[in-house]
Amino acid sequence: MSLILDHVNYIYGSDTNLAVKALDDICLQIPDGQFIGIIGHTGSGKSTLVQHLNGLLKPSSGAIYFNGQDIGDEDFNKKELRSKVGLVFQYPEHQLFEITVFQDVCFGPKNLGLSQKEIELRAYSALKQVGLEDEYFYQSPFELSGGQKRRVAIAGVLAMQPEILILDEPTAGLDPKGRDEILGQIAKLKEETGMTIVLVSHSMEDVAEFVDRIIVMNKGKVMYDDVPKAVFSHYKELEEIGLAAPQVTYIVKEMQQAGFPVEGNATTIAEAKAEILKAFGK
Amino acid sequence: MDIIRSEHVSFDYIRRDEEGNVEGITRAVDDVSLRVKQGDFVAILGHNGSGKSTFAKHLNALLYPTEGTLLVDGKDTKDAEEIWNIRQSAGMVFQNPDNQIIGQVVEEDVGFGPENMGIPTEQIWERVEESLKAVGMYQYRKHSPNKLSGGQKQRVSIAGVLAMHPKCIVLDEPTAMLDPNGRKEVIRAIRGLNMVENVTIILITHYMEEVIDADRIFVMDGGRVALEGTPKEVFSQVEKLRSMRLDVPQVTELAFELKKGGLPLPDGILRKEELLEELRKLR
Repeated sequence: MSLILDHVNYIYGSDTNLAVKALDDICLQIPDGQFIGIIGHTGSGKSTLVQHLNGLLKPSSGAIYFNGQDIGDEDFNKKELRSKVGLVFQYPEHQLFEITVFQDVCFGPKNLGLSQKEIELRAYSALKQVGLEDEYFYQSPFELSGGQKRRVAIAGVLAMQPEILILDEPTAGLDPKGRDEILGQIAKLKEETGMTIVLVSHSMEDVAEFVDRIIVMNKGKVMYDDVPKAVFSHYKELEEIGLAAPQVTYIVKEMQQAGFPVEGNATTIAEAKAEILKAFGK
Repeated sequence: MDIIRSEHVSFDYIRRDEEGNVEGITRAVDDVSLRVKQGDFVAILGHNGSGKSTFAKHLNALLYPTEGTLLVDGKDTKDAEEIWNIRQSAGMVFQNPDNQIIGQVVEEDVGFGPENMGIPTEQIWERVEESLKAVGMYQYRKHSPNKLSGGQKQRVSIAGVLAMHPKCIVLDEPTAMLDPNGRKEVIRAIRGLNMVENVTIILITHYMEEVIDADRIFVMDGGRVALEGTPKEVFSQVEKLRSMRLDVPQVTELAFELKKGGLPLPDGILRKEELLEELRKLR
């Protein structure tokens, strides 16, 4: 279930004199089972990019292939694409509307024309996947905490049983524990189902902790596309475009410059801890 | 002099059914007593639902205490006569910049507050100019707010509050919707106002890194003040903060982990320079 973007360009307002090139010649492959982070400052094109992945936006030029099929073809089944590529928007809890949590999660699969039993089975397992307790299932979604609401919204997308799950800043506005819980659930989901996950994030610390691959967007182009260690080794260039490496990367780099025997490429606290303790012979 | 004096403040949210009968009462703020000195930079931390935003809304009389008293610049927030004076003393900036900007042009938006206060036109322009300069947005004064980045919009919102010459600005998660660059811009602007203009700052945030320069931190949990102290004192209590769904800055966490791993480091290291210095000493 791979996605391939082949020389994709996207221009906002192309027929006006305010035309802005939001995506500039993007070539990417998203193979099965990867955990991918997309980073970039506001306006770098990352949200425009993810809206192409499930066909919400159509490239101005270039093509996108889903399992070898061009999604721009007239006879391509867009509806199926949208159920296979699930997109969780920013602040997804604003889209909750049903009377109970369970009904809200049922809404997506209901529109797929499944049997009532299948719909309920899917909703149940999606709510379990995001770690929501049974006691909340028949409550109004509006009575839940911010983190719980967000999990219900994610479950609503999971109930469509997508093969690729895209989350646009899923931790914005949550407290630190809430952030860890959501990311932990997503990592667990990835492990259990082998689903491909694309995480759009502003938090370098979160991205470094969880993903296998980072795509850095700048001015509508892919600036870096590599494993976290390799991407964060360009921390100076990242700073120039308004991003940064995780704090611990700076610490081990500066230790290295000060002559400590460390490797200087840790990106998570656990890695930095191991490197530093080793340098001190512990 | 204390700009904020909270004496045993409690607040209940009352839920009512369609006929107006009381369905339930939730105590959101529970017996909070604290004082903030004029010119201080104070941070309030707490998990979602800990009562910090509810408390913040008391500071400019959007809510009144169910029990206890809250004095802002010596005025009781329950005194209806003083409400406009209180809102002028304590300005408020919220999370979403798009909900706070009304003007079509940046300078008009900033002038809206002083205009409503009945300030003469000439002085309004003076205030607009100095406020926009204070947050580093003067060169954008003729721009449309729609075309600004999130961080820039938020700085315009702060300028709009500043133009009312408040003694104190309360910011409720002003950086939650911004990217790292925007966050830095806003925090830098806030620090500048505090240090240069001596405006009292009350910053509510979920980003621990933003509060390491605060004079004092209050941590709220279950509507109460559960911890208070300097950043060093508060962030020394890694386990306790975690039990309250919070965290510590990444540097502090690394130092804490290294200490557990056998390095004799002090508690409450907040900055990477401090950590490097301590590690040098151990070499």
